[in-house]
Amino acid sequence: MSGYARRVGIVLWKDLLVERRTKESLNALLFFGLLLLFLFQFSLGPDRAQVESVLPGLLWLGFVLAGLLGLGRSFLAERDNDCWEGLLLTPGDKSAIYLGKLASNLVLMTVVEALVLGLFVIFFDIDIRRALPGLFIVVALGTFGLATVGTLFAAMTANVRAREVLFPVLLLPVQVPVLLATVSATQVALAGQPLADARAWLQLLAAADLVYLVIGVLTFEFVLEA
Amino acid sequence: MIAAAGLRKTFGATLVLEDVTLDVPAGQCLAVLGPNGTGKTTLLRILATLARPSAGTLRIDGVDAVREPDAVRARIGMVAHGSHVYEDLTALENLRFWAAMGGLDASPARLHERLQAVELDTVADERARTFSAGMKRRLGLARVTLGRPRLLLLDEPFNGLDRRGQKWLGEFLLAFKAGGGAIVLATHGFASALAVADRAAILLGGRIALDRAAAGLERDALHRLYDDLIEAER
Amino acid sequence: MSYRPVVRALGWLALLALLAGLGMAFGYAPREAVQGNVQRIMYVHVPAVLTAYLAFGLVLIGSIGYLASARMGWDRLAAAAAELGVLFTGITIASGSIWGRPTWGTWWTWDARLTSTAILFLVYVGYLLLRAMVEEPERRGRFAAVVGIVGAANIPIVHFSVKWWRALHQPSTILGPEPSPIAAPIALALLANWVAFTLLFAYFLARRVEIARLEDAALQGAVRAR
Repeated sequence: MSGYARRVGIVLWKDLLVERRTKESLNALLFFGLLLLFLFQFSLGPDRAQVESVLPGLLWLGFVLAGLLGLGRSFLAERDNDCWEGLLLTPGDKSAIYLGKLASNLVLMTVVEALVLGLFVIFFDIDIRRALPGLFIVVALGTFGLATVGTLFAAMTANVRAREVLFPVLLLPVQVPVLLATVSATQVALAGQPLADARAWLQLLAAADLVYLVIGVLTFEFVLEA
Repeated sequence: MIAAAGLRKTFGATLVLEDVTLDVPAGQCLAVLGPNGTGKTTLLRILATLARPSAGTLRIDGVDAVREPDAVRARIGMVAHGSHVYEDLTALENLRFWAAMGGLDASPARLHERLQAVELDTVADERARTFSAGMKRRLGLARVTLGRPRLLLLDEPFNGLDRRGQKWLGEFLLAFKAGGGAIVLATHGFASALAVADRAAILLGGRIALDRAAAGLERDALHRLYDDLIEAER
Repeated sequence: MSYRPVVRALGWLALLALLAGLGMAFGYAPREAVQGNVQRIMYVHVPAVLTAYLAFGLVLIGSIGYLASARMGWDRLAAAAAELGVLFTGITIASGSIWGRPTWGTWWTWDARLTSTAILFLVYVGYLLLRAMVEEPERRGRFAAVVGIVGAANIPIVHFSVKWWRALHQPSTILGPEPSPIAAPIALALLANWVAFTLLFAYFLARRVEIARLEDAALQGAVRAR
């Protein structure tokens, strides 16, 4: 296996191993997702019709908020014991670390989103069987967009003052166009319309994802340097 | 091995290192002594390419370390306060991670051999969270010698080690020197330092106040020199 | 450096151009039939947004330049351009808001340009916040550069997503130049003000970069041992 791919793989392995062992992030995020659902339900009231019209927005609001928490923790383990510097001292292209972290973040976010979606379906009594394949594509593209920039900014803010505030302040404005696209496309999917109706949105998402990924890979080494 | 000239480092308006010049040939050990806050850690970090000097040149093994830090990193091993240990991984898993990150042999045989070398093989499958500071430092040394570095940079390596541990570390470092490696260690402990060092340098206020061979220098004599210099500084 | 007389001349030129532009906006350009005199605010609103985009383009150039060369001059350019970009974005939003109030009865409309501008405003305020949180100049420049690149890459994505989102939700408002064909006097007045704003921007930029350069030099000179 090439050195680069090996390093991506080992970063992914380490993060998943730590998460499986401690379950810190996963448990907290799942619980957070549940809390959000309650909050939405209570703040919007019991009128079903009203809730249904804003459902795509609520779903993505949930994904983004949970994503903020999860992504913000990406590099927390590296802050102990100078592991960050350990990573910096490893030879070779540092973007491998970015890709490994991105991959582990995607795994974590996918698990959380799947469960939040499940809870949504139960709580708001949605029929998503027809919507599922289309929904899957939209969620995948949207999550990728969130994770690429999120992982990059998480690395950047990990050692900066006011990290907890700065991270969302930097990430959210960049995510707004992605959010516009995903909510619109989700609306199409949930309404049971063919996904081709949302083609422009999906193309925009795919283009954005690619742009963010390239920027992440190219600039990560500048963010990692002490 | 290391040729540093005129190293200078400022953080904002604070001058931390000024005009630091060192030469450490292969097979030799330099001990850097000095009070807290005098810039020892910053110096080590610059030597490790973790920080860039504001001015000055640094060549490690013939390579310009400031312009090409990545070319040099494979030849350096650093064990600082942090020791680069992931608390939730076992000793073995930690080594496996760092071996793979360094593009090195990560086979169980090799990893266990390294753990044996630092006497941690019995706790190979214990999580690092349960380790004492000394054990974490030993794990750091195991990690750092996975590859075959030509230069070891150690920040307070004797801290947290009992007498047995200190003796062990001393032997470890002497063996490393004998194998042709160079060592720079920053420390407070005069006795342990003199046991392994070929040269001793005292860093005071960011400048090198003394740099001489350690041969024939006893701990008390060094202490007196040290105290004199600190007095002179006032 | 003998730039100072040039910069001073630039300042006077900008002032003259601004006076000329304002004169044309109020005197030369015709009164708009439907909206009345309030429509004249367009002569501030449109040049302001164009200047803001120019500023953000310079932030991108400065960011890439800094990452590529590690020379502080590029970072000073990016920082100054970002500050001005936020200023002109603020002017755009304020003028758009003032325009909208008598025209549409609300202080805010989700007009495509206003929305896009607001998103950019947030992105670059975040940029400035990040700069405020990182003290070491070299590190600050690197992190800011990464955000600057992400922000700039995001501009086309913002443009398209907002445009399509607006098409979905609201009929277009007319917060822009007259629909084509644009009458010559209006186009001329617009052009004059745009030139004036650009000159003003260039003047402010030159002064701001110079101040930053002097600050850095002073910092170097004030270096003292610990």
